[in-house]
Amino acid sequence: MVTKLPKVDVVTVGVGWMGAIVALELTKAGYKVVGLERGKDRSIADNLHQHDELRYGYGLRAELLRDPAKDTFTHRHNENQSARPFRSKMSVTMGVDVGGSGSHWQGQAIRFYPYDFEIRSKTIERYGVGRIENWMALQDWGITYDEIEPYYDKMEKTLGVSGEEDPVGVKRSNPYPNPPMPDTPLLKLFREAAKSSGYHPFSSPGAIATESYKNPDGAQYGACQYCAYCMFFSCEYGAKADPAVHVVPLAKKTGNYEVRTHAYVKRILYNGNKATGVLYVDTQTGEEFEQPAEIVALTAFQMNNVRLLLLSGIGKPYNPKNGTGVIGRNYTDHTLYPASVGYFEDKKFNLYAGSGSNVIAVTDFAGDNVDHTKLDYLHGIQITCSQLGLLPIGYYSTVPYGTPTWGKEFKKNLLHYTYRNVVLSGQIGFIPSKYNYLDLDPTYTDEYGDPLIRITNDYTDNDKKLAQLVLDKQEELLKAMGVDILDKGIVPEHPHQFIGTHTAGGAIMGEDPETSAVNSYMQMWDMDNLFVCGASAFPHHGVGNPTNTAGALTYRAAEGMIEYLKNGGSQ
Amino acid sequence: MAKKEMNKDSSLNKGVPDSSRRKFLKNTGIVTGGVVGGAVLGGFLGTFSTTTKTAVTQKSVNYTEALQFFKRKEDFDCLSAASESIFPEDENGSGAIALGVPYYIDKQLAGPWGKNAEEYRKFPFQEGESLLTRVDIFMIGLRKLNEISQLNKGVLFKDLTEEEKIRILQDCESGKLDMGKANSAIFFSLLKQSTIEGCFSDPLYGGNKNMEGWKMREFPGAQMSYINEIKNDFKVIPPKSVSDHFNM
Repeated sequence: MVTKLPKVDVVTVGVGWMGAIVALELTKAGYKVVGLERGKDRSIADNLHQHDELRYGYGLRAELLRDPAKDTFTHRHNENQSARPFRSKMSVTMGVDVGGSGSHWQGQAIRFYPYDFEIRSKTIERYGVGRIENWMALQDWGITYDEIEPYYDKMEKTLGVSGEEDPVGVKRSNPYPNPPMPDTPLLKLFREAAKSSGYHPFSSPGAIATESYKNPDGAQYGACQYCAYCMFFSCEYGAKADPAVHVVPLAKKTGNYEVRTHAYVKRILYNGNKATGVLYVDTQTGEEFEQPAEIVALTAFQMNNVRLLLLSGIGKPYNPKNGTGVIGRNYTDHTLYPASVGYFEDKKFNLYAGSGSNVIAVTDFAGDNVDHTKLDYLHGIQITCSQLGLLPIGYYSTVPYGTPTWGKEFKKNLLHYTYRNVVLSGQIGFIPSKYNYLDLDPTYTDEYGDPLIRITNDYTDNDKKLAQLVLDKQEELLKAMGVDILDKGIVPEHPHQFIGTHTAGGAIMGEDPETSAVNSYMQMWDMDNLFVCGASAFPHHGVGNPTNTAGALTYRAAEGMIEYLKNGGSQ
Repeated sequence: MAKKEMNKDSSLNKGVPDSSRRKFLKNTGIVTGGVVGGAVLGGFLGTFSTTTKTAVTQKSVNYTEALQFFKRKEDFDCLSAASESIFPEDENGSGAIALGVPYYIDKQLAGPWGKNAEEYRKFPFQEGESLLTRVDIFMIGLRKLNEISQLNKGVLFKDLTEEEKIRILQDCESGKLDMGKANSAIFFSLLKQSTIEGCFSDPLYGGNKNMEGWKMREFPGAQMSYINEIKNDFKVIPPKSVSDHFNM
């Protein structure tokens, strides 16, 4: 028995960054929006008393992550393997509740490069068509950097981004709304080492306000206190941008927005090529509801957007055997996350302080910043030195390689090196592979019996070469920092269980309905009142973290939705 | 002990504005012989402010040091001895037992974590995947430690020499020890992880007694702000627990 509810203008599936942006833009324009959120309600009041590593910290009880008991993802490296479910919470760091992953995120707000948005054309233009290898699913995004720039600007103002201009970065129409994070003594040392090595270090942009800040919509940010309980925590000060704190309340204030929690969407409903609404279940009562809407906006976690399309039979599923179909193609992520560690004997740093955005980055090798003519890989890397705030359980393994990991000697080392270490990390751009994709798992289901998403994904040689480059540069920079012990990371052969946060693709944007699911307004080619917002639209993954780009694209999508509601029809 | 503790605290406090509550806690520490954890007092102070005086003047009992999960003494003794080998008492300070780690692990095993409640448990389980819960693995592992000790040396694990304990735990770590349904390496990594958690989690969970784990590690705990420290060199800051946040 399904209860049919009154029709609204827009229903969003999920209330994280994408759902909150759609809600605020559309309610401001006078439209009625319902946000369906499978988790529970959250507000700034829930952010108090977060200074508890065991309860929230990564690898621990991680309260702000989705419980995989209800539904998860399966993974395999190639088509010859049977996929296994990620059974533990740590495998996919996906958020839960109102705010979604936008509550526990680190807050890095980086832009992709002009090269990214026209990656196929620009690669051919600079290096010739011969550089596009057979396995590569490289394609242009259907939008240029100049076209997306105003939306980046808007997103960064919403987020209250603090940052420093990247000397080798992209052109910006406006400076960052907040001054950069302060350099800690460790970050200062890294900055100097990078400079002396001939690179261009800068304070990486982060969605954490360094000063009291009011964004253009009127949301108030407090100033960051560098309290260290940041990534995997939600902010007690309203300094880290959080949709539950800085966007959802404003949308509610318009009187046009309702958030319905414990609402798990099972299907998109449609008639011919028009979406008519969604079917959801109230997870607290088991009751099923139909929510009709003029526009359906998928604003869930990237993989769940793709899953809903596949479960609902919308769009042609991707077939890796012949490269046809669109839903599920071009899966990419940032699982290859190489890190190296250095230890000092005579220096001790204030590592207990920090935030998700106390980060110095070097992007000299990012995107297409260097000439790849003589290199045997495409795309690039960034190296970062971060002072996220040391938490004592998560950092217990930071002792030099080869020393005991428990017992008397371990304890001595642990106490000695806790504040005498530096971890350099790095991210790489992922060239999409024809063999990395998403589909529905034939075996494993969620608690309602619906198939889970299956990820088929392995590293390519390009990925591994970039990861090696990260490690080589880390080694160079750690030496320049004067470390006494240098533990260089290694490149893993295959993705392991940790699938990271930055998953992308599966309902990608583009210019051609044969090779993309949505246009540059995130509007389904096959169904013009269905918008699929978020990193699911990325045809590949740039070097930077995804949220800024996903949010910018969603601001554009919101414009498209308003246009659709005003005039009807496709863009 | 109480005196040493007070001196240590006051040296840490040099130049740091002391709240009256901190002084109160230190004084309480003296009166009660330093046995009362900050979290326990925090609870008293926060919830029953009228009974504060009673808490100060009566000999205090730590009511949380009792068992929620374990039943057999030899199981809990084995856990205590194994966790102490992983994080032993030394010249730097307390080991796992003095930090309350065995009680911490007991409490964790009694809750959802012990039962793997937040885990996808649907069939089929494939090769290398295990249906065992953390509770199952701990029980199999600890009993195996005692069984082997008795077989080889005729005593329980806790009564082995330190060298003998370490040798058995090394065999566990490398996966060499046959534990039947369980994998000894997985047992060991659970034991190690939960020992570290008990040493360094907020004292509200029953470990990190008196924040001794944090003090040893020079970790300032649940500070509300480092805005005046972020650009400065390292310095020792007296730790605070989450319970402080409930009494502001």
